[in-house]
Amino acid sequence: MAVDMNMNILIVDDYSTMLRIIKNLLKQLGFSNVDEATDGTMALEKIKGKSYGLVISDWNMEPMTGIELLKQVRGSNDNYKDVPFIMITAESKTENVVAAKQAGVNNYIVKPFNAETLKGKMASVLGDF
Amino acid sequence: MTDAMPKAEGDHSYERDQVKKIIGSVISQVEAAGELSRDTIFKELTELHNIIEEARKEVGQAQAGDISDKHIPTATDELDAVVASTAEATGAIMDCCDVISEKAGEVGGEAGDAVTAEVMKIYEACSFQDITGQRITKVVTTLKTIEEKVDKLLAVLGEKMPGTNSEGNSDSDDDGRTGDEALLNGPALPDKAISQDDIDKLLAEFD
Repeated sequence: MAVDMNMNILIVDDYSTMLRIIKNLLKQLGFSNVDEATDGTMALEKIKGKSYGLVISDWNMEPMTGIELLKQVRGSNDNYKDVPFIMITAESKTENVVAAKQAGVNNYIVKPFNAETLKGKMASVLGDF
Repeated sequence: MTDAMPKAEGDHSYERDQVKKIIGSVISQVEAAGELSRDTIFKELTELHNIIEEARKEVGQAQAGDISDKHIPTATDELDAVVASTAEATGAIMDCCDVISEKAGEVGGEAGDAVTAEVMKIYEACSFQDITGQRITKVVTTLKTIEEKVDKLLAVLGEKMPGTNSEGNSDSDDDGRTGDEALLNGPALPDKAISQDDIDKLLAEFD
């Protein structure tokens, strides 16, 4: 099944620089419908109010972290509970990756990363594009 | 009693255990006061008093108060400034990238694509600001912990008689965090981090 290049993507990071970088990389990859949130709480509100084809989230944010956001999404009974979720984070210890996987993450990217890595991980989750 | 004192004359460093031994010695001798003269107990207490005064003097000479009053606030302010200035600079770089990308799109063709590809590399490199920002935040947190401990130490040495402080030694690496909170450690140092390849292999084990 072809990837919908017009799908809505939500990116979540408390660093405006990172939001801008990810948004630009997505734009270069052909995805232009990108929304932003600066922590898990804001992200969850957006997810509840709009249909997203992918969520790309940082881990280390306040007040709600990326892992808590993931747990809330996966633990819900709403139609967004299975939204593809990629964690992009500087948290690069084994226990972090395991915890994220157990919480239901689809893929995990460690910072710093490049466009090729982002594209590869997105393709592994969504299919080739 | 003598085994609780410094081994060499002029050596003014007293281990925590040494002070405990002296206190223990005083307590046991007070309990057996009937067999001892008041002079002996007075001598023990005088030695203890001298140790405490010596410690106070050394802390005073080290101007430990400056650590929490001046040095650490200055360091944290400087680090905050580093984060702010790198964020500003990164924003300026990305503003330029936006303009170059736009122009590259207008140029089009092979040249335009080549410029766009290079601009993307600049964007990728700009993620250093996020990483360094998180590392600096970790350093600031550590400095604040040191500041708190220095404040506690000064409070004990400056206002109270040692031995009455009920707070234990907290040299352990365990900071008491549990659950998800314990996983929140920011960027790991290169020799402690795992690579993207390692992460991919780890994730594959779940499939």
